[in-house]
Parts: sequence; C-alpha cells; structure tokens
Amino acid sequence: MGLLSDPNRRRALISLLTRLNTPICIVCYMAGVAWFMGLAFEPFTLRTYMSENAMGSTMVEERFPAGERALATGREFSAHKKRTGGMPVEWLMKTMQAKGLEVFTQRFSRTLPFPDENKERYMVRGTNVYGILRAPRAPRTEALVLSAPCSPGDNNNQAVGLLLGLAEYFRNQIYWAKDIIFLVNEHDLIGMQAWLEGYHHTNTTGTFCHSRGGSIQAALSLELSSDIITSLDLVLEGLNGQLPNLDLANLFYAFCQKIGVLCTIQGKLQRNDWDSVSGYSHAVQTMMLMVMKQASGRPWGDHGLFLRYHIEAATIKGVNSFRQYKTDATTIGRLLEGMYRKLNNLLERLHQSYFFYLMPSLSHFVSIGYYMPAFGLLAVILLLRALDLWVQLSTPPQRTEDGVTDIEPVRGVLSLLTPLVISHLTGVALYMLPIRFQEMAVEHFPVSETEAVVLTAIAVYTAGLALPHNTHRLLSGEGTEQGWRVLKLVAVLYLAVLLGCTALINFSLGFILALTLVPVAAFVTPHVPKVLSAFILVILSPACTLLFSVFFFQELQEMPISFQDGWLLFLSVISQGILDHSLYGSLVYPLITLLVYPCWLLFWNILFWN
Amino acid sequence: MAAPLTLLLLVAVTVRAALFRSSLSELISERVEVVSPLTAWKRVIEGLALLDLGVSPYSGDVFHETPLTIYLFHFLVDYAEVTFMVSVKKNVFRKQKFALEADRYPLDCLELIRSPKEMYYIPLKVAMFYLLNPFTILSCVAKSTCGLNNAIIALFILSTIKGNVLLSAIFLSLATYQSIYPLTLCAPALLYLMQRQYIPVNFRRASFWWFIVQYAFMYLGSLFVIICLSFFLLGSWDYLPSVYGFILSVPDLTPNIGLFWYFFAEMFEHFRLFFLCVFQINVFFYTIPLSIKLKEHPVFLIFMQLAVISIFKSYPTVGDISLYMAFLPVWSHLHRFLRNIFLVSCVLLACSALFPVLWHLWIYAGSANSNFYYAITLLFNVAQILLVSDYFYAFLRREHHLTYGLYLKRKDGSEATLVLK
Repeated sequence: MGLLSDPNRRRALISLLTRLNTPICIVCYMAGVAWFMGLAFEPFTLRTYMSENAMGSTMVEERFPAGERALATGREFSAHKKRTGGMPVEWLMKTMQAKGLEVFTQRFSRTLPFPDENKERYMVRGTNVYGILRAPRAPRTEALVLSAPCSPGDNNNQAVGLLLGLAEYFRNQIYWAKDIIFLVNEHDLIGMQAWLEGYHHTNTTGTFCHSRGGSIQAALSLELSSDIITSLDLVLEGLNGQLPNLDLANLFYAFCQKIGVLCTIQGKLQRNDWDSVSGYSHAVQTMMLMVMKQASGRPWGDHGLFLRYHIEAATIKGVNSFRQYKTDATTIGRLLEGMYRKLNNLLERLHQSYFFYLMPSLSHFVSIGYYMPAFGLLAVILLLRALDLWVQLSTPPQRTEDGVTDIEPVRGVLSLLTPLVISHLTGVALYMLPIRFQEMAVEHFPVSETEAVVLTAIAVYTAGLALPHNTHRLLSGEGTEQGWRVLKLVAVLYLAVLLGCTALINFSLGFILALTLVPVAAFVTPHVPKVLSAFILVILSPACTLLFSVFFFQELQEMPISFQDGWLLFLSVISQGILDHSLYGSLVYPLITLLVYPCWLLFWNILFWN
Repeated sequence: MAAPLTLLLLVAVTVRAALFRSSLSELISERVEVVSPLTAWKRVIEGLALLDLGVSPYSGDVFHETPLTIYLFHFLVDYAEVTFMVSVKKNVFRKQKFALEADRYPLDCLELIRSPKEMYYIPLKVAMFYLLNPFTILSCVAKSTCGLNNAIIALFILSTIKGNVLLSAIFLSLATYQSIYPLTLCAPALLYLMQRQYIPVNFRRASFWWFIVQYAFMYLGSLFVIICLSFFLLGSWDYLPSVYGFILSVPDLTPNIGLFWYFFAEMFEHFRLFFLCVFQINVFFYTIPLSIKLKEHPVFLIFMQLAVISIFKSYPTVGDISLYMAFLPVWSHLHRFLRNIFLVSCVLLACSALFPVLWHLWIYAGSANSNFYYAITLLFNVAQILLVSDYFYAFLRREHHLTYGLYLKRKDGSEATLVLK
C-alpha cells in the first residue's frame, strides 16, 4: 500500500510516467507485437496433452471394416441426390431405417434478409434427416452427434456414405452408453441451426424435432468429397470465435497419430524444424490463420453453431491433394469409430482442458495465460495515455475565477455529449440502414440487393466521417483546449474497456482491433498535422483494417489476389458479415458498427477539434 | 433551483419509462448484479400469487421479502422513491453543511470551506447522482425492491437531519425491518441528534444515557409494532426465519456482486457457521471504530456506514451501491485530497462492463468459469473499499488542515508533506 498512500513515491512515479509517456507507449506497443509473434515459437508453447481421464487412459480398438461399402452407399446417395435435385429424403429415410435407426425428419424454411450471392440462395427450404441409434447400455440421457452436410453438386457424397456405413456398424456394437445421432443436414449452417433449435426447443425457423436423444455431449461434422484422401483437416473456429474444448482437438490428434493419418490444422502440416526460419514462419502462418478465422466471428464449418449450446464440436475435412500418402475410407471410418468410442466413455462434459487457446500446430497450443499479456501490453498504452491526460487535466487549477466555474461544467458536458451522441447515432445508422434501405436502393440505382446492402453500408460509413466533427461548435462555441482533453480521456477509457471486453470474448478480434486502434488513440490530438494524420486515421479505421485483413488472409492461404479481386472479396465479406449476424447471431457486425466505429469517430472528432 | 430539478426529474423518469417499455427490461430484471434473491420482483409476484391462493408466501424457498412489502404495489413506490430521494437531499445537506462549516477555523483555510453558492447546487447534484446513476436506473427498471429500502433509508436520513427524533427512530426501525443491516445506522443517528440537542457524548452524564434510552425505546417500540403488525397480517411467524434467517445464514449462493457466494460455495460445510459469524460480524463491527473516530461528524459516518453495508452485506446489488454513491457530491470539497479517484473510477467502470461479459462467458458460452466472475467481483469490491477509504482519508486530512492550516511548514521552514502510515 506504500504506493497508494506515500505521496512522495506517488509523485515520483506519476512524473516518471508522464515524462516518459511516449517512449513507454512505443516500447509497450513493440513489446506487445513481439510477444504475440513469439507465441508461435515452439519453445514458448505447450505441448498438447489429454486432460480428460475418461478419454486418456482407456484403450479402444478400432475394427470398422466396411469402407468400400460405405463409398458404394455414397455413390448411391449421389445418384438419388441427382435424381431428386436436392436432398433424397425418402431414400435416406429408407436406408437409415434399414440400418436399424429410428429415423425422423425436420422441415425448415427461412428467408434471408437479402440474397446470398456466394451460395446463391434467398428463400431457403429444406429437410434435415436424422437417425438415432439408441444406447443399449445406459439410460438415454446423453447423446453424441455425427453429421454430414448434403451439399449441392458432387460434394460430400462420400461423407454421407461413410456416415451411413458407420451407422450400420455402430448399430451392431453393444458398448454404446450414449445415443448416437446421425444427421444429414441440408443447406449447411441454416439447416444445422434449424435442427439445433428444433432439438433444443428454441425454435424460430423450423418445426420441432419430434424425437430427441439425450443431451448432446459432443459433435463431429464430416466433410469428405473424394474416395481417397491424403490428409484430414481439423476446423475448430465456431460462431463468435468460440472454440471447442482443447481435448477434442487432442483426441483427434491422438487418433491420427495412432492410426497413421496425416492431420493438418488450417490446412498446414506440422513441421519439426521449429528452430529454422522457415519452420518458425510456418508456425506463425498457421497461428495467424487461426487468429484471422477466429476474429471473423463466423462459423468455419457446420460444427460452429453447436458451441452455442455448450456442445463441444469440430469439423473434420478430408483433403485430397497431390501428396503421396493416401488414406482410404476404411481408415477414416476407423478413426471416427475410435473417437466416438472414446467420447462414449465420457463421464461428464468435456471441461478439463482449455477453452481459450491458439494453435500454431496441432501438437502445440498457446493458452490464455500466454497470449493475454500481448493484448495487455497494448491495453496498457491506453491506460498510460489516460493517466497522462488525467494529470494534465488536474494539474492546472481550474478555478481561475469563481464566477466561471459554474457555467463551465455545463458547457463541458455539452461539448462532450454532442460528439458522443452523434457518433453513436452514426453507428446506429450504419447498423440499421443497409438492410432497411435495400429496396429503395434497388429501385433507384442499377444494383442487385446484395450490392445495395454493401454499398449502403460503405456510404453510411464514409458519410460518418463528414458528420461528427465540428458539431460541438454549433452548441458550445469554440472547442477549448480542455474540451478535447476530456473527450480524449473519455474516448481512450471507452476504447480500453471495449477492447478488453472484446478480447475476453474473442481474443483475436480484440487483438487485431487493438493493433490498429491503439496507435490512433495514442497519437491523436488537434495539434498534429491535419492531412497526414487524417490519412493515417483513415488507414487505421475499422473498415480499412478489414480490407487489409482480407488481403492478408489470402496471402496467408498462399492464394494472393489482385486488388480488383480483393475489393470484390472485401464487399462479399461485408455482406457475409451482415448475413451471419442476421442468420446466426454473429456479434462482429453489431460490435463494429455500434461500438468500435463510434469510438473511432470520437478520435476523428478530436483530430478536427479546432 | 426548482426548474433544473424538475428537468432532471423529467429526464430521469423518461429514461426509466423508455427502458421499461423496451425489450431490455426483461433482460435487466434477470441480471444477478441488479436483483438479488431478496429483492427480485419476480419473487415478489410469486409471493403475491401464493398469498392470493391463501398459502403462506414463505412456505417455499422463493419469497424473502418482509410481509409489509407484499401489501405495497411496488411499481408506484419505485417512482415515489425517486421523488423522495430528491426532496430528501434538497433540504438535508444545505442545512447540515452550514452547521458543519462554522467559522471557527484558521483563516487561511477559507478555500477549504465551501462557499454558499456551491452549497446551493449540492442537493441538485445529489439528486442527479442518484437519479441518473446507471446503477439506480438498472435497479429501477428491474423493479428491484431495493429502491424501496433506499427510500426508507433516505427518509431516515432526512428525518434525522431535520432533528425529528421520533420519525428518525420509526424510519430506522422500518429500515431495520426491511433488511437487518441498517441497524448500524443508529450510532450516527444518535450522535447527530445529540449534537443538535447539545448533549455531550460523555458516558458519565445522565442526560447522555437518558437520550439513548429514549431513542432506544422509540426504536424498539416501533420495531415491535411493525413486527407484531406483520404477524397479525400473516397470522404466523413464518416470515422471521424466511426473511432474517435468509439474510443472516445466506443459504442462497446465486452469484452476485458481493463476497459471500463464492466463499460459501467453496467452503467445507463444517466451517460454514464459523465463517458465517465472521462475515456477518464484519458488517457490524466497523460501527465501533468509525463512530469513535467520527463522533464529531455523524453525517460522514452515515455515508461510511452505508458504504460498508453495501459492500459487505450478504446479498448486495447495484442499487445499494447507488445509495452511497449519491452522497459523493456532498463531499465534493474533499476532491483535492483524494488520491486514487482516477484509478478507482477506472476499475469500477471496467468491472461494471466486465460483469456481463464474464457472466456470458461462464453461463452461456461455457468457456470461462466462476473464478473469472468472482475475480471481477473481488476487484469491484476492492475498488469500492479503496474509494471509501480514500474519502475517509481525505476527510481526516481536511480536518487536519482545518486545524493546522493548509500549507504546512516543517520546523526548518521547508514545505512539509503529510504521510499516512
């Protein structure tokens, strides 16, 4: 408590912090970035290990024999799919019944707020088919899910085939203590959401599921598009950057090692040469891909919506590339069998291992305790700045004349409230207008609905730049020196709290926003050169961050694109963001429009204070 | 004075009405930070329904309000409370401050003494701090019965400061009846009333004891009447264990912003009684040292007591916090002596934002756990304690300066600094 009560030491510390504020801030920023980059360095990360005892120490034996038959079923499914031009509900029901499952269907229909051009859908109507294998060995209070999407074209037929093959094989085993639900969902995530809502009776889009199993403990979604694959890719990122328990990834990794299947995460194989430059950059790439995907807040596989219901879920994707190493369907079946048998042994929900982690490779992870300091170092800059402003505000005696002090606070509050209210109203406009105005925009301009939405969003965003600055002058006269300091203090604290909360829910998003917004918050004053700073401010604004992220993401995936394509991709990313929000309740779009963008506008306002 | 007050009132009521009509109100009334098992409106409705059916509302483990509250239509009262608060503070502090700031201090302390002009705005500021405090708004929109308790305590303070002994005792007994803790407020009330009647605080004087006996008689008498009244209304003593037993033995460990739930959820059962006593004595214990130290300044003592109660009580909500925070503008003359106000307000702000976030992560996302939430609770309470102790320190320091002069010199003539050790 010496620091809090001893005035001399306090004074020394505060004077040190204010005098060296800028250097300390710069050092903190560098340290934050360096720390983050260091996370991918293998000696700094932890090896993954199985925490869950029920899955770790028990032995299971995989005996699934019928890979070829499963593929044949898949081909049959494909033929029926082609004939019906969609989900072959009748055939699926008949087949599942023949395998001895209790089969049910669920219809759903949904109208999107505007057409989705990536997947070409607007009015969605479909059916989910699911079969329940009742647990022979225990009361049916718990369940596991294996799902495969019924996608248009020739995709994922093998996944459905393998699912049916596994269903037949599982049916003949006696050791199941949990119901196993085999689900074939149409229209990927929309169907999945309808099914989950139906299953949990929180329905908004489809009918209720007539029959339920127990409460779902874990789920895997299977995507398989060729008879023979070279590697299996694990997808973890779910809605709003939520991740399943790390034990699920460990389980997958352990079985891949045991059975001898090549496994990847973010499509990147693991490398052993961590001490070489290329090995390190490979790990950085893998981790950055995870960060970018998590920050986007969208589900990257059909499993993404399960996480919302406390169900640990992941997507397993079969990849067929030009590698020599081949794996056939029987082996994948054995892998899945092993994983389900281990999950079957669970005594409680997966909770032992980490929920907050980043993975630079499948065998290594970075836990929350390691990555949070990187964000903390960036957030500290904001606090230091706020402290500096506070000291500046409180040192000169404010009461020069006794008469003035009474009017000053009112004006101060007014000049503070105006930019706050206006920038938040701009944020609300950015949130509401794009969808509301699409019809009007389509009438008056030669654009499609989707384009209308995206372009309205961009228009409102740009218009916002012109709006809020200088508005306080109308109400309270010339902006005072003290005025902007108070506003900046509020804005900096606002940003700190906002980023802190974001980083807790979705670390990647919080960190990326902090990377760009913290420098803005730190350097902006009305006295810096206007044009240059305005340019920097725009470059570091949320929309430009998104644009850069698009290019960066493509670069990381080793698919660099031209500026033209990048711009188109950027537009489609915005429309996807809005769609994700209205379809699945992704929080990134409202977060950016209602909170981050207004906060950034406050700094814009400070720049044009005088 | 009246115009800004009316305006303020209008704004306050509009904000509440707007929130009340919006879909947010349902969300807010579910928040554990805003409602406790004691004050949740949902439980009041349940109790009313049980009463209508002719069942004792205390028969289950749902309803823990005092019997008299059942018979009050709550929402009306909640708005009435808003007006109470205003009228209370309006009269209170002008008088009190003038009484305190008598001109018996050294001359160079003039800048420490409040000018009447500043005094003039204090009631308005207090009203603003209470009415526009987001915490109050939240607990009002959630229809928490906490507002009712706050109103009674405010009325008690008003009648005490007006010097009305009987009303003060009656309101104090009502407040005690509502939730046991305001019992500790009888010390400052006694001190203040004695100060007003020029009765010296001296244990050897008969007049001192006579006054205490008088006050105790009025207090206990009205408490007795209220308790008997509740008995006759209900026809049973069921409510005693269900209300006071519930407050004292803390059987409901729903997370809240207090310190009890986590501690007692983690504890082995056989230590429970011991720690229960420790925790409850903790709330009451501060009365003794604080009243000895602050016996000249009973109003500040009231503030300290309210803060201590709202930090350490068994089921605190943000409504309790807002009550003592409403006092802060009264002590605006202490601002120059406050040391950690920036730090503390940052922490309080951050914690208030983090409560819902960590709750979401724990309950909905399932990825965090109760430790995360409790860490924030702990931080929030530490910040509150720092705030209160900072004000306490500032108050003592001001007293020191009032007697010794503002600019202290060392013996050798250099400028001295005060160090608290």
